[in-house]
Amino acid sequence: MIKKQAIDFSSSGSIKLQDAYFRYGNSILFENINFDLSYGKISCLLGVSGIGKSTLLRLFAGLVSPMAPTKIFGVTEPPAYMGQNDLLLPWLNVLQNTLLGPRLRRKKQDITRALELLKMVGLSEHVDKKPRHLSGGMRQRVAIARTLIEDSPLVLLDEPFASIDSLNRHKLQTLIAKVLSKKTVLLVTHDPLEALRLGHRIFIMEGIPAKIRELKITLGDNIPRNTSRADVLLAQADLLKSLAPDNNQ
Amino acid sequence: MMLLRVIISLIVMVIIWQCITWLTDTPHYILPSPLRVISSLWVNHLLLLEHLSITVLEICLGLVFGTVFGFISALSLMWSSTIRRWLLPLLVISQAIPVFAIAPLLVLWLGYGVTSKVAMATLIIYFPVAATLYDGLRRTNIGWLELAKTMGASPFSVLLHIRLPAAMPAMSSGLRVAAAVAPIGAVVGEWVGASSGLGYLMLHANGRMETDLMFAALFTLAVISLFIYFTIDFILRRAITWQPDSLLTDFEELK
Repeated sequence: MIKKQAIDFSSSGSIKLQDAYFRYGNSILFENINFDLSYGKISCLLGVSGIGKSTLLRLFAGLVSPMAPTKIFGVTEPPAYMGQNDLLLPWLNVLQNTLLGPRLRRKKQDITRALELLKMVGLSEHVDKKPRHLSGGMRQRVAIARTLIEDSPLVLLDEPFASIDSLNRHKLQTLIAKVLSKKTVLLVTHDPLEALRLGHRIFIMEGIPAKIRELKITLGDNIPRNTSRADVLLAQADLLKSLAPDNNQ
Repeated sequence: MMLLRVIISLIVMVIIWQCITWLTDTPHYILPSPLRVISSLWVNHLLLLEHLSITVLEICLGLVFGTVFGFISALSLMWSSTIRRWLLPLLVISQAIPVFAIAPLLVLWLGYGVTSKVAMATLIIYFPVAATLYDGLRRTNIGWLELAKTMGASPFSVLLHIRLPAAMPAMSSGLRVAAAVAPIGAVVGEWVGASSGLGYLMLHANGRMETDLMFAALFTLAVISLFIYFTIDFILRRAITWQPDSLLTDFEELK
């Protein structure tokens, strides 16, 4: 999966990306990026589209090969990955889609656990349905259950709610905060409010080539945060201003 | 409704045909009247059934072999770039040669029996199946493949659980084409040289000016071709439900 020479599996401590470097052709997407994820916390990576945040996440997922001198530490087993699209297989029903990982690895499929997870995401009634009979929000819930059954300590979420309407997005954020409370999560998003709502830590990726800086927040660790709080809204305004400085509002 | 329309237009055509034979007084060995054809169907039904069974056997065996070979070719094309480099140009070139042109050769090599006709049908069915399945296998959603990769799936597992099912709608289009052209392969084979089969019967009847029998054989062939096509279409629709026909299903749900 992941290039062994670039990842030190034995290393304990936090999950870390060191001297990350990536280019497409001749243009450098990012360089000298040092970045770490706290155990059991949600780290949000915020940035505009095309800045390279997905590529960074895909480095952790083993979907792009690390370029020298990039080093990744602390990823002890393959992370669970969830993308922008639900990627449900149309020929499998909800339960079978949830159990896709074990099915592909030809391991025992723990149906009891899958049903538990589906109950947790509120889909107990729909386990036999095919994806085309589900709404976008429901499909994304199946994707969440499928991610959770992987039972990996590291969960990578690449703009998981980008294609969901705002009402459903809010519900799904609450759900994610609940079901991922014990996991180490990297959530990539372009939505400042989503980052403020879900992130224990918030990182901002900006510039060409891109750099990462951590946003100092003093909003407390009670996730999901209430987005009607004055301090959260104020932080959102600051964040918008710093992300798009030309936009004087 | 559709069936009714088909039946009405068929009846109208038959009436026009009957009128033409009455009005022009065409000799029956040039254009037999529908009534003559129907009576020939009735009188010769045992003969027709006997030859039909041979042709159906050829078509079915051709479908099975063509599909199996097409399947194997598509898989090996996908699996190995070496095979792709060597086999793909051959495959394309082979399609430049009309199957009808090599029919006499096949009869020469494989004899007048069923084998040469099965080979013809196989050749004609092979290409649409191989081409569409290969195309389907190449066009798997990248997102699914990446997801499978993060889940630690082996290449075989990805093929079995993702690539193949994802390619099924594409391959079913190929199989439908194959089902439609399979009778051509069998009948052309029979025309070139055979001692049985509907194609042979048609040629034989034509030679003896038994035009009514020829029409009866033609009618039988058309019916069985339609039957094979719609059976395969029905099975495919039932088996592959994940790409619904947006022209039929969705529209009917909208109404």
